[in-house]
Amino acid sequence: MNGMWRAVLESAAVADAEMRKLRRDPTELLSRAVQPVLWLGVFGQVFSQVRGIATGSLRYLDFMAPGILAQSILFSAIFYGIAIIWERDLGIVHKLLVTPAHRSALVLGKALAAGMRGLVQAVVVYLVAITLKVDIRWEVLPMLTVAAAVFAGSCIFSSFSLVIACIVKTRERFMGIGQVLTMPLFFASNAIYPLDLMPPWLQIIAMFNPLTYLVDVLRGAMIIGGSSVHAVGASFGIMLGVFATLLALAARLYPGLAR
Amino acid sequence: MAHDEPIAAIATAGLSKRFNHLVALDRVTLTVAQGTIFGLLGPNGAGKSTAIKILTTLLDASDGLARVAGFDVAKDPVEVRRRIGYVPQLLSADGALTAIENLNLSARLYGLRGKTRAARVRDALAFAGLEDLGDRLVRTYSGGMIRRLEIAQATLHVPEVLFLDEPTIGLDPVARRTVWDKLLELRQRNGMAILITTHDMEEAEVLCDELGILHQGRLVVTGKPEELKAGVGPAATLEDVFAHYSGAVLESGGNYREIRESRSAIRRLG
Ligand SMILES: Nc1ncnc2c1ncn2[C@@H]1O[C@H](COP(=O)(O)OP(=O)(O)OP(=O)(O)O)[C@@H](O)[C@H]1O
Ligand SMILES: [Mg+2]
Repeated sequence: MNGMWRAVLESAAVADAEMRKLRRDPTELLSRAVQPVLWLGVFGQVFSQVRGIATGSLRYLDFMAPGILAQSILFSAIFYGIAIIWERDLGIVHKLLVTPAHRSALVLGKALAAGMRGLVQAVVVYLVAITLKVDIRWEVLPMLTVAAAVFAGSCIFSSFSLVIACIVKTRERFMGIGQVLTMPLFFASNAIYPLDLMPPWLQIIAMFNPLTYLVDVLRGAMIIGGSSVHAVGASFGIMLGVFATLLALAARLYPGLAR
Repeated sequence: MAHDEPIAAIATAGLSKRFNHLVALDRVTLTVAQGTIFGLLGPNGAGKSTAIKILTTLLDASDGLARVAGFDVAKDPVEVRRRIGYVPQLLSADGALTAIENLNLSARLYGLRGKTRAARVRDALAFAGLEDLGDRLVRTYSGGMIRRLEIAQATLHVPEVLFLDEPTIGLDPVARRTVWDKLLELRQRNGMAILITTHDMEEAEVLCDELGILHQGRLVVTGKPEELKAGVGPAATLEDVFAHYSGAVLESGGNYREIRESRSAIRRLG
């Protein structure tokens, strides 16, 4: 059997185990719904009333819904690293690393599970959005686009988180860095305001922020009247490129956790 | 090595590891024959875990050579990994999964599939004595059950060499004895070579065919338990041997770091 196929089976094994763990923890899913409820229900409602942010013909609440979906993906994926550090503090990482499995398959499996979790997260955000009467596009192709983007975004941010975990190695440092990184990622993106309202320097930073491309795809595909600035194919290309880079980095750094 | 000689399970030459200025392992040369249970003794910080991590391909040596099951750990790590099992010092079974799920994950990562996998997982569960509890989350298990599961999990693929880092630390006397029985069974059934680290002289005496004492990264002596005792004095015990070569008197209960590690591991799982 060739190495490629073996790697696929190994990733599937890791992803399967991860998903079983996620399924056993539905409370976490509920607690993750709190943030989107607050952002959409409070922030979104208020800013729609005052029309404080110019979003053209689009209602502000509709404008920000894809941004909040992307944010919830970011925030739940970014804490994936905590679980990795936990596994290192026990001996689980060591157990996985002495198997002949490809190192890249081990980290890919984790990312794929994060992707699945992101899809569940998206369902939760959709439910919140429906309750608040956001104008959702209920068409097959756009919804598949949303699903693909959510999956890709979860893979990117969970791998990013894994890379950080491999570098900082301790829970305390990770918590600190996690807070420091997520907020700038969120604010230096088009999640809650259009790029052209930003000062030029922030626009440049936002251009290098993968969250921007996730939000941009979602904005075109999730809501009625929404539009993407970049071509959807280009955004997916960029996201895949970022993911591949992070995955390669994670596969290199992950064995360091057992040292 | 002559070509008609059987390949050693473990063979190292001048194996060294430095962490910055700290010499954790200092020119260790060691041979463990197939089917042997070898006990690596040494006080805290002697370099036991470091040696195991190098032999299991988790850590790169700074100097020297190590071959495990006939393959160089630095040049052919994947070939080595196919042929070894490893039970780490802390808890390696995943508490959020059931025993069966834990076993299945390992089996799949070792490339076992289909009927073979199902049969191996079933056998492993029986070996661990957990047939009726296979669907329970591991975090509800006792320390002894977890250790048995971990050993079963590390030997699913029938490795040639098994490494265990302080496998009985924190276990009660009954659970400890069960672990010994399991290891003897593995050696008996599969001719597996086993390297364990321990602070427990009774364990060394009962279980090990051969012992090596590490002190500050150096392998100061190796030999059969009787030889080592005879070398120190007519009525010497293994405790005396240990004290003689490592300059350390064993304190019961272990040091702070050891206690913290084993306790925190148990707490996290619980
Ligand atoms: N990753 C590391 N970085 C720096 N120093 C390390 C590292 N790992 C181990 N050491 C040091 O190397 C020495 C040997 O450590 P090792 O864990 O191998 O000892 P040990 O014999 O297993 O001890 P114990 O009985 O406490 O488990 C110790 O001084 C330890 O502090
Ligand atoms: Mg140790």
